[in-house]
Amino acid sequence: MTAIRAPFRIRGGVHPHDSKSATSALPVETAAVPPRLLVSASQHLGAPSKPVVKKGDAVLRGQVIAEASGYVSSAVHAPTSGTVKSVTSMLTATARHAFVVEIEPDGQDKWVEPLHPMADWTSAAPRDLVNRIAAAGIVGMGGAGFPTQVKLSPPPGKSIDTVIINGAECEPFLTADHRLMLEQSDAVWLGARIIRHILGASRLFVGIEDNKPDAIAAMEKAMAGADGETGVIILKSRYPQGAEKQLIRSVTGREVPSGGLPMDVGAVVENVATAAAVAAAVTRGVPLTERVITITGECVKNPRNLLARVGTPISWLIEQCGGLTGSVGKVISGGPMMGVALPDLDVGANKTTSGVLAISRESARQFGSEPCIACGRCVIACPSGLLPCTLSEHIEAEQFDDAERISVLDCIECGACAFECPARRPLVQHMRQGKQTVLTRRRAREAAARGKEERK
Amino acid sequence: MDPVIQHTILIGMAGLVCGALLALVSHYFAVHEDPTVEALTAALPGINCGGCGYAGCAAYAKAVATENIGLDLCKPGGAETVAKMAAITGRTASAREREVAVVLCNGSRERARQAALYNGVADCAAADLVAGGGKSCRFGCLGFGSCARVCPTGAIEIADSLAVVHPELCIGCGKCTGACPRKLIKLVPESRSIHVLCINRDRGPDVKKVCDVGCIGCTLCSKACNNEGIKMDGFLAVVDYTVPLNSPEIATKCPTKAIAVRPGVKKEAAA
Repeated sequence: MTAIRAPFRIRGGVHPHDSKSATSALPVETAAVPPRLLVSASQHLGAPSKPVVKKGDAVLRGQVIAEASGYVSSAVHAPTSGTVKSVTSMLTATARHAFVVEIEPDGQDKWVEPLHPMADWTSAAPRDLVNRIAAAGIVGMGGAGFPTQVKLSPPPGKSIDTVIINGAECEPFLTADHRLMLEQSDAVWLGARIIRHILGASRLFVGIEDNKPDAIAAMEKAMAGADGETGVIILKSRYPQGAEKQLIRSVTGREVPSGGLPMDVGAVVENVATAAAVAAAVTRGVPLTERVITITGECVKNPRNLLARVGTPISWLIEQCGGLTGSVGKVISGGPMMGVALPDLDVGANKTTSGVLAISRESARQFGSEPCIACGRCVIACPSGLLPCTLSEHIEAEQFDDAERISVLDCIECGACAFECPARRPLVQHMRQGKQTVLTRRRAREAAARGKEERK
Repeated sequence: MDPVIQHTILIGMAGLVCGALLALVSHYFAVHEDPTVEALTAALPGINCGGCGYAGCAAYAKAVATENIGLDLCKPGGAETVAKMAAITGRTASAREREVAVVLCNGSRERARQAALYNGVADCAAADLVAGGGKSCRFGCLGFGSCARVCPTGAIEIADSLAVVHPELCIGCGKCTGACPRKLIKLVPESRSIHVLCINRDRGPDVKKVCDVGCIGCTLCSKACNNEGIKMDGFLAVVDYTVPLNSPEIATKCPTKAIAVRPGVKKEAAA
């Protein structure tokens, strides 16, 4: 099995400087347990989890501290043993407020009775494996944080033939997935095969951008002698190559329909870190309590890749890298393209925090926005094939019906349009506002229609 | 025949025929306007604010004339309009107390902490979606004036990134209450002068961190009025506008000055 070039290309996209050299050659180091952990109960997409511990409780590592509260929700486990100091609403690494369980570690890092290892997963029922993944609190670790068990339970009638493991890591600066593929290629490959087994898919690919030749070689080695239709797909380095729908297009040539999901075209995409977490949960019975985080940017003294506990305060992570230096303009949770600037560094890292980026005042300089000059660069850049310029003008004029008509909901908020815009228009913000408003109005419309139906 | 006379007769005849046709049409196809609707429309202020819930003054007038709709829904009109409408319809009705909007936040740029430099779309709804704008407080006024833009009378002023309603200009239509993404604006009876200008439900220390003039939930005000007039809702003091509260000195009890005494509108105070 040799690696092959991606047979298809994404639409549009941009090519920002990848800036990965600061950390791409640095091995992942295990960070110590910080003196205080801030574990958010809302680390995933969907209904926030319900905290099940209270102030003063003693917890062990791996103990459930917040349980899923609905179908699209996920459990959260204590990242170490210690005492619960408080359960309050606080700012999290997504720059949103959520219930946060504050834990003071006792230094012993004692595990709770682990779930039984399912070493013989090849003969296990997919249902049991999915339940295990749900119990381990695994969410999509690429950034969106969609609960993995939901992705792995396609509704009846939808058959999945292709599983794609996402090692594209197209965001500049981040190297967490890159290092994981190099150092834990076997775990990634094991997790990938478990996911394929659950879905009963025939094809399994690992997509990696061509700026990571060492990761491609490592994964190829791990996958040597694999059964079935498998392979490493070498992707062209282009942002947003690693976006779910774009990756499916590159690898299979299939286009997820407007308003649809990857499963509509028979594909499921999982991040490499998610695959490694699935492997740990199934074969070792370990819940998701730690992840690799890249701490980098020109204002971090010694950039590093750290294996840190979920809930480690960002400020503490930065301290572990020698602190900040120079005039810091912004600290971003995530990558520079889709991450959010943090107003406060005393927030706990989430399961989805793939990087912490401190950039200088010079890089974070602000611009005023000007009227659209209709150059069309955003249209060329848009990987979803939308018209960001027209959408932005509709949304600015509060013409939300028009925005809905030209598919504002298909925007993936990748920011390629804003990256290209010479008038520096706040395009992504417009899209977010538009999507939110359109969804709110749609819900109101549906509620009104339901009410009408009931009155009949 | 002289062509001049010929044409004069021809066109005159055509005019007569057309005139007769128009007379017939206007007789048989006449739209019978209800004179009460017309009178009611004239009695209403005619600013079409929509505060009554109808699509303008004419729509409300029609609803009053055809359905059994209350006469007191016109907020800008007040007692005068109700009296006029009562006279036209022959129904009896008393005016509700005039309501004015109040922005339940007092966190201007100096008083509220800034968390970030917000340089995005200058619209409250957009700022609220992007990590909540520049201020630290996630409950407070964003100060981009989405409420001021929908106000039909220009009664809302944005000063120091804080919206303030000028009660003498406010007509109580309630458009601003829907425009505020943080639901900070409330319609209150005009005579009420004591307001808790904060809706932050966090605990005291958390409020202190983000604002100098937030409600810290100390309960001094609700105790001072025996839990009537001002009630505690968790860590937040809330004025109960259904219970009279006439002790302006209660504002002095508030350690953070979150309670404001705003005198009512002058012309009403004199009356």
